[in-house]
Amino acid sequence: MAVKDYLRERFFPHMWCPGCGHGIVLNSLLRAVEALGIDKNDIVMTSGIGCSARISGYVDFHSLHTLHGRALAFATGVKLSKPLLNLLVPMGDGDALAIGGNHFIHAARRNIDITAIVMNNRIYGMTGGQFSPLSGCGKKATTAPYLTIDQEFDVVKLATAAGASFVARSTTYHAVESTEYLKKAIMHKGFSVVEILSQCPTHYGRKNKEGDAPDMLELYKTSTAKLNSKALEKNPDRIPRGIFVDEQRGEYCEEYDNLVARVAGGAK
Amino acid sequence: MKNSIRFVQGNEACVEGALYAGLSFYAGYPITPSTEIAESLSGHLPRRGGKFIQMEDEIASMCAIIGASLTGHKVMTATSGPGFSLKQEAIGYACMAEIPCVIANVQRGGPSTGNPTHVSQGDVNQARWGTHGDHAIIALTASNHQDVFSITVDAFNMAETYRTPVVLLLDEVIGHMREKLKVPEPGDLPIVDRLRTSVGKGVDYHPYLPREDGRLPMSDFGDVHRFNVTGLFHDMWGFPSNNPRVVNELLHHLVDKIENNVHAITRFKEHFVDDADYLMISYGSSARSAIHLAKDRRKRGEKIGVLEMQSLWPFPTALIREKCAGRRAILVVEMNMGQVAAQVKAAVDRPWDVFLANRIDGRLVTPMDIKQLLRVIQGRGV
Repeated sequence: MAVKDYLRERFFPHMWCPGCGHGIVLNSLLRAVEALGIDKNDIVMTSGIGCSARISGYVDFHSLHTLHGRALAFATGVKLSKPLLNLLVPMGDGDALAIGGNHFIHAARRNIDITAIVMNNRIYGMTGGQFSPLSGCGKKATTAPYLTIDQEFDVVKLATAAGASFVARSTTYHAVESTEYLKKAIMHKGFSVVEILSQCPTHYGRKNKEGDAPDMLELYKTSTAKLNSKALEKNPDRIPRGIFVDEQRGEYCEEYDNLVARVAGGAK
Repeated sequence: MKNSIRFVQGNEACVEGALYAGLSFYAGYPITPSTEIAESLSGHLPRRGGKFIQMEDEIASMCAIIGASLTGHKVMTATSGPGFSLKQEAIGYACMAEIPCVIANVQRGGPSTGNPTHVSQGDVNQARWGTHGDHAIIALTASNHQDVFSITVDAFNMAETYRTPVVLLLDEVIGHMREKLKVPEPGDLPIVDRLRTSVGKGVDYHPYLPREDGRLPMSDFGDVHRFNVTGLFHDMWGFPSNNPRVVNELLHHLVDKIENNVHAITRFKEHFVDDADYLMISYGSSARSAIHLAKDRRKRGEKIGVLEMQSLWPFPTALIREKCAGRRAILVVEMNMGQVAAQVKAAVDRPWDVFLANRIDGRLVTPMDIKQLLRVIQGRGV
């Protein structure tokens, strides 16, 4: 199947701004699904609220566009009730880690077989450019006219500490690399997190003098480095990209089945 | 028939009713006085091939059952006051996206943390208007464990029939009191199963296009029809739309499918109503005191009766108006500051004949409490 066979073309053009990175994430994701050859009927995409969340409307999967921050809670209900389904949960940075932070850490703790994709543009785009828990210090936003004083989360460290059994990071500049990570994440049994840095030229880029979309993509190239690479060794300030965690641990739905078997066997 | 008679808490009667109705997925979070529902289901569901999950919070519990309903399960969560507040956004989502689900709210005293271990009926209006925006909702209640069982079955049936969240408004006394429950045999009570679309693979399925009878056949996530579910106003494919005609028609549909069926949804019982000069209107544990008083006064020859409401929303205005006509006085017996009484006053011809017999101090309203007000109304002193 071609990538466009995974799209609901009648709902295009999409609503993302020119230069937005989210379309690149969508592209990477669909190429991963295509490469894996998963039946569209076996995929449920659950999303929350924000620019990123609109991705679920454009894909020809079962799609559940939910409440701000709650995509993983809805996805948990879908997955546990029908474990054969593949759950893809794209989220924005505010969606996943501000209002949805509790669900994020608990989905990771349960190690339920869901693929969470954090489309990190470091800003609330849909509401017009407010800072998020991933903006970091010294950034300009409509709610930070005198620059932010908030520290940011490190998605990789947070997901790892919370118990996610697959954790990776890439950027929209590295679209092919993103596809590879997404393929591994989708095939991984357990809670997988892929953070993809995604440019928002309209709000974040403009306010923080990072230029337009090509400039921001260039910055992803120069400000990141592959894990265990010489480039990272020489420039430890760069943001590491790569697969940080890839472990096999008890998956929640399988553990539930084990519990049922144990109970049916007469155990208490 | 053996073992069909049980001595249970009201919360357990609710569990038995839910299982009888076909509950197969429960998500919840511990909160007094509803916790026994979760405790009981954590034992029952794994043994019956169902799913039980204790979520990280009240919000997640509500979201999880909506997700599970979309894969074809009959779903429920249970909570009490503060938890009911937290669930409201997702309840609105279920209204908008038309997801069948049941929310049991075992009421305790509020506002806020309030009176966690004591009874109240203060969430009647919250059940109606807890979530934002125009919408309609179904809220059911019961005063004894046999009725808790059957009204719980009704709640699941209505959730499926109208594709809507249904609120079970129990209260702390009903939830924790123990009394007899006779579990009906399978088939004794009607069960409404999920209505699934007959549209086949490859044919355009419209998840939000009502049939002529108003019902919307569903397709499970994972089956052949892939569609969008959203809390935004949406067209018949479920795709977001802010077209004024689409918005207008959807909101009318969401309200009309329930308000226009008030006659089919309304549940009530009559106790000595026909010739009553004085009519008490009550529900939940309050109704037990009202019925007790009515029996007591009947022995003394007083014509007094009880209209026991088992559905509070949509409010059965026409029924209340009809049943109240010609009475000398109406006493609304409830444990709040007049939430149902206000509806009754709005429904009747002579609102000045409607009195509120209430208690709001965390203690069950007693027959004596009601009798004292009745004597004043009857002009027999205090």
